[in-house]
Amino acid sequence: METLLQQIVNGLVVGSVYALVALGYTMVYGILGLINFAHGDVLMVGALVSLQVVLFVQKTWPALGAFPTLLIALVSAMAVCMAMGYIIERTAYRRLRNAPRLAPLITAIGVSFLLQTLAMIIWGRNYHSFPQLIDTTPLQPIAGVFITPVQIIILLSSACLMTGLILLVTRTKLGRAMRATAENHRVASLMGVDTNKIIATTFVLGSALAAIAGVMFSTNYGVAHYAMGFIPGIKAFTAAVLGGIGNLGGAMVGGIVLGLVESIGAGYLGSMTDLCNLPVWAQTANLQETCSNGGSFELLSSNYQDIFAFVILGIVLIFRPTGLMGERVSDRA
Amino acid sequence: MSITLLEAKNVGKRFGGLTALSDVSLTINKGEIYGLIGPNGAGKTTFFNVLTGAYTPNSGEFVFAGSALPYGKPHEIVACGIARTFQNIRLFREMTALENVMTGHHLRSNSTLWGILAQNRHARDEERLITERAYEMLRYVGIERHATTLARNLSYGDQRRLEIARALATEPQLLSLDEPAAGMNATETAQLRELISTIRNDGVTVLLIEHDVKLVMGLCDRVAVLNFGRKIAEDVPAVVQKNHEVIEAYLGSSHAH
Repeated sequence: METLLQQIVNGLVVGSVYALVALGYTMVYGILGLINFAHGDVLMVGALVSLQVVLFVQKTWPALGAFPTLLIALVSAMAVCMAMGYIIERTAYRRLRNAPRLAPLITAIGVSFLLQTLAMIIWGRNYHSFPQLIDTTPLQPIAGVFITPVQIIILLSSACLMTGLILLVTRTKLGRAMRATAENHRVASLMGVDTNKIIATTFVLGSALAAIAGVMFSTNYGVAHYAMGFIPGIKAFTAAVLGGIGNLGGAMVGGIVLGLVESIGAGYLGSMTDLCNLPVWAQTANLQETCSNGGSFELLSSNYQDIFAFVILGIVLIFRPTGLMGERVSDRA
Repeated sequence: MSITLLEAKNVGKRFGGLTALSDVSLTINKGEIYGLIGPNGAGKTTFFNVLTGAYTPNSGEFVFAGSALPYGKPHEIVACGIARTFQNIRLFREMTALENVMTGHHLRSNSTLWGILAQNRHARDEERLITERAYEMLRYVGIERHATTLARNLSYGDQRRLEIARALATEPQLLSLDEPAAGMNATETAQLRELISTIRNDGVTVLLIEHDVKLVMGLCDRVAVLNFGRKIAEDVPAVVQKNHEVIEAYLGSSHAH
């Protein structure tokens, strides 16, 4: 029971980071019908830029506290990523606006490679350890569940960001213009909406969220790396598809559900695949000896938690391609 | 002496080998209701699409309120003061009636991304003002009670009215209506006719494309007739109705005498 509660807390934390990244995928898809595969790499750039800034600040103003340092790093990472999001849209995707769908998709993969290679040239191929600015030692356990200050901050700030985004989209003129452009960009422009500007703004906002998610990721796990964007990117994409791509609420739900499934699954994956659970007649002599000494032989350890994302992606695409909260595809066409 | 609002100068548009518009010149005066009629495929809607920037003309230009209209950027043409509705209704179906109209106001508002994100005073005041104006506009076309209904759930006639409200929200000098009476019954057409007169009396010039010849002849101050992409007549309705070429175009040559 305690394991379950603990995994639920961990799942909520990692799930809310997935949700932030998934929002970027789903916003761009909703407005352009494009899967921006470079989105995960924007997260990576956010993490590495913030690392660089943290190191710089620590060296230049060592007296500055942990929170101001992290805040400066976060704001710089967001600024860099927003600029990058704008440039990517302007140079890579805008001219392909009316091209067949495959062209921008392949371009997105190209942009992803480009960003990874550039990051590799700048930051090298090694894993960098990200300074632990916020306490990562767990607080006093509540009902047997450990939670760290970093995790609490991640949960609260992503909840705020998601609420803010929902309000932005439903209550402001920018949100209305975004929804109008998503529904029909030709009509939107004939009604006076500068659709190029709205699309660029969408990329900028999505990139800002990815930068924040990147900083969260690195702060939580304590590492940054030039290829670190790939796995969170694919998982956030899965989350967006799971929730119904193009649907903001869906991306949030999808991210949380994926985080929970992955985390709970990882918690039990080891004991579920323990070969000692097999009936004795099916075990080899060696195995019997290990098991009788109280040992275990786990086929899949919790390191295999990534399989859950891909299994979910497969199942959703086969049985419910429009996702949990997705609209009927025929309505969009 | 009337003031010219829009002047089309030798506008031409080809689609591959098909000439949809050739050398169309016409002049719309400020404050009038100007009708554009013609048989199916005469190029009326193409003229509309070229005027509103959905297509780029192959030749010629439009001079609006004294300056040439920009090509290729529909939202800039809307900013110049030309708004339109669509022959087959093109509302933002997943948005409420109110939000549709508010989207029309987008162009006439100026809060920035940062202002909106920070929700500063200007952004909040502007949002409140836009909401009020949008309600006013819905009241103007008579569908205020449906403000919070999703556009796709409105009745056909109300959807047509909402399109007009959304176009008016862009604060145009010229309102272009593409077959607004299509699919309407007699009562709805009569109401529409009243609405168009009101709009004109409130100072907006109206360009009306219509199939319903009776509506056009009764409502318009001047009428131009297109046939096979060329203008064959332009005058007050009474004169156009007697024009041989027009009768021929509509009814075939045997009726022309």
